[in-house]
Amino acid sequence: MRVKTEAQGAGPAVTHAVTHAVTHAAVHPAHRARAGVGVRAASNALPVATVLLALLLAWYLGCIGLNRQGVIERVLADTPGWTTRDLVAATWSMERPVLPAPHQVAADLWNSITGWPVNSPRNLLLHTAVTAQSTLVGFVLGTLLGVLLAAAIVHSRTLDRALLPWIVASQTVPVLAIAPIVLVILGSLGFAGIAPKAAIAMYLCFFPVTVAMVQGLRAPQRIDTELLHTYAATRWQAFWLLRLPAALPYLFPSLRVAIAAGLVGAMVAELPTGAQAGLGARLLTGSYYGNTVGIWSALVMSALLGLALTAAVAAVERLVLRRQRAGA
Amino acid sequence: MSDDSTAVAPLTWALLAAGLALAVWSVRRAAAIEGPRWAGPLSAALFGAWVLIYWQAGVTVFEVPRVLLPAPSAIAASLLEHAPTLGRDFVQTVLKAVVVGWILGSALGFAVAVAIDRVPFLQRGLLPVASLSSTVPLVAVAPIMVMWFGFEWPSKAAVVVLMTFFPMLVATLAGLQAAGRQERELMHTYAASYMRTLIDLRLPNAVPFIVSALKINATLALIGAIVAEFFGSPTVGLGFRISTEAARMNMSLVWGAIVVAAVTGSMAYALLVALEKRWAFWHPTVRSQQ
Repeated sequence: MRVKTEAQGAGPAVTHAVTHAVTHAAVHPAHRARAGVGVRAASNALPVATVLLALLLAWYLGCIGLNRQGVIERVLADTPGWTTRDLVAATWSMERPVLPAPHQVAADLWNSITGWPVNSPRNLLLHTAVTAQSTLVGFVLGTLLGVLLAAAIVHSRTLDRALLPWIVASQTVPVLAIAPIVLVILGSLGFAGIAPKAAIAMYLCFFPVTVAMVQGLRAPQRIDTELLHTYAATRWQAFWLLRLPAALPYLFPSLRVAIAAGLVGAMVAELPTGAQAGLGARLLTGSYYGNTVGIWSALVMSALLGLALTAAVAAVERLVLRRQRAGA
Repeated sequence: MSDDSTAVAPLTWALLAAGLALAVWSVRRAAAIEGPRWAGPLSAALFGAWVLIYWQAGVTVFEVPRVLLPAPSAIAASLLEHAPTLGRDFVQTVLKAVVVGWILGSALGFAVAVAIDRVPFLQRGLLPVASLSSTVPLVAVAPIMVMWFGFEWPSKAAVVVLMTFFPMLVATLAGLQAAGRQERELMHTYAASYMRTLIDLRLPNAVPFIVSALKINATLALIGAIVAEFFGSPTVGLGFRISTEAARMNMSLVWGAIVVAAVTGSMAYALLVALEKRWAFWHPTVRSQQ
């Protein structure tokens, strides 16, 4: 039992620990104790920028390599005597390339955002908003469900023994595969629009939250729970005053995992229904019509959405934990 | 559906209620058992069995349409009936796309981590990027991979490589930092070379991190391969089976394919836990579980 709980928690925890360890080592020992986020970010800015620049360079080189064949056959066929310079320029500005160049993707993104009204289906912001909406609804519901379930599990030995192993085990299972079933069931029950997508997002969100919250709600030391017992605190008070605050540091990393999982869930839920809107639908239509630049724009947009959602959760985390520390 | 439920006889209701009471009582009793090692799994197994029984009973009594929720018996029948098809799907998705992608992606992540171990500059540059990649829906590259590598399994393996690369990179880097200061200084007093320290001290210390990344990657790889098949595949594969049979409302076969995927995921996980016990038996996190 515990094997699995720990192993599952290891993902985000490892990520977190390693960023921490490495960034800390980079900072001068004298600063180590009070190194703020700003110092760490600044010390990493140059390496990160270098890596990103190298990726960009590799992307442009990849464009030349991957598009070369198509360009020679389709673009330069009727211009005899072309030079290498023509070839490179053509691979970076081709229509329907195998790999669009970064500036083509950026231009397509810019066009689709500024060139059409926000409520037009050609505007990528509309699709982003649709996906973000179902992700957020699912995330909120999934978090609520996860926290409630964890509270029930912590207070009931039966649920702990009978239900928790199934929840933990279900993390080893590709739960996303069940998305088409949820869509069919909810669809035949007459739910349409956001509900099925939010349901899948919720369902992906609640697993990590439940597992982390069970750990977190159990985090208080025996001495603390016994102190509250001597105060004749009720179960409810012990939960509200001790267990819940102690669980917050466990909750937030799981929320970051959950919202990323929820976004994937929402996007996958947009695939099989022939949905009209949403980033997943954009990906699918792009792949039907061979619109590579469109696929890449949707891809970049979904990456940005994922980063923005996680950053929002991280901001809430900082706010809450700071208030908690200030209150303590 | 509401018409059907009014037709259910009072006796059936009584039986169902009595069964439910028995179920709650037996699971509670099982959970209250202290001591023996089998006590924990027992109540979970009992709970699972009761859920199956009630699933079957509920679907039969209330005549739930098969499209909505097939009975476990129907799923089992469909599993048996379509075993050859599902077997081919398993070979296509798991043995080709997942295994190849998982091995390649994990090996690549490990190799890159070891390679940049001596270059702190690259580590500081790559780590934030690799950590952020977990917040990005990487599965979304599936349509691009299908375009590049075609409908067959290499495109799915490519998605899996991309999804499994970063977790392994991050975990290996963390694991290589895990060796204690005292041990490192001991190696230093032995005048051990960088390679000796790496092979004899730091890599063994990284094993628990690497195995835990392998576990996470096993689940990610299954998800990646199945979802990538939603974007286009030959007429074989678990993801293909799930999406086409769901569109044809043949839900018992969809559930059958999901059972295959779920069993595969948990078996892979169990296998990795066993390997971890074997490779990292000395590590405190493993020892504390025995």
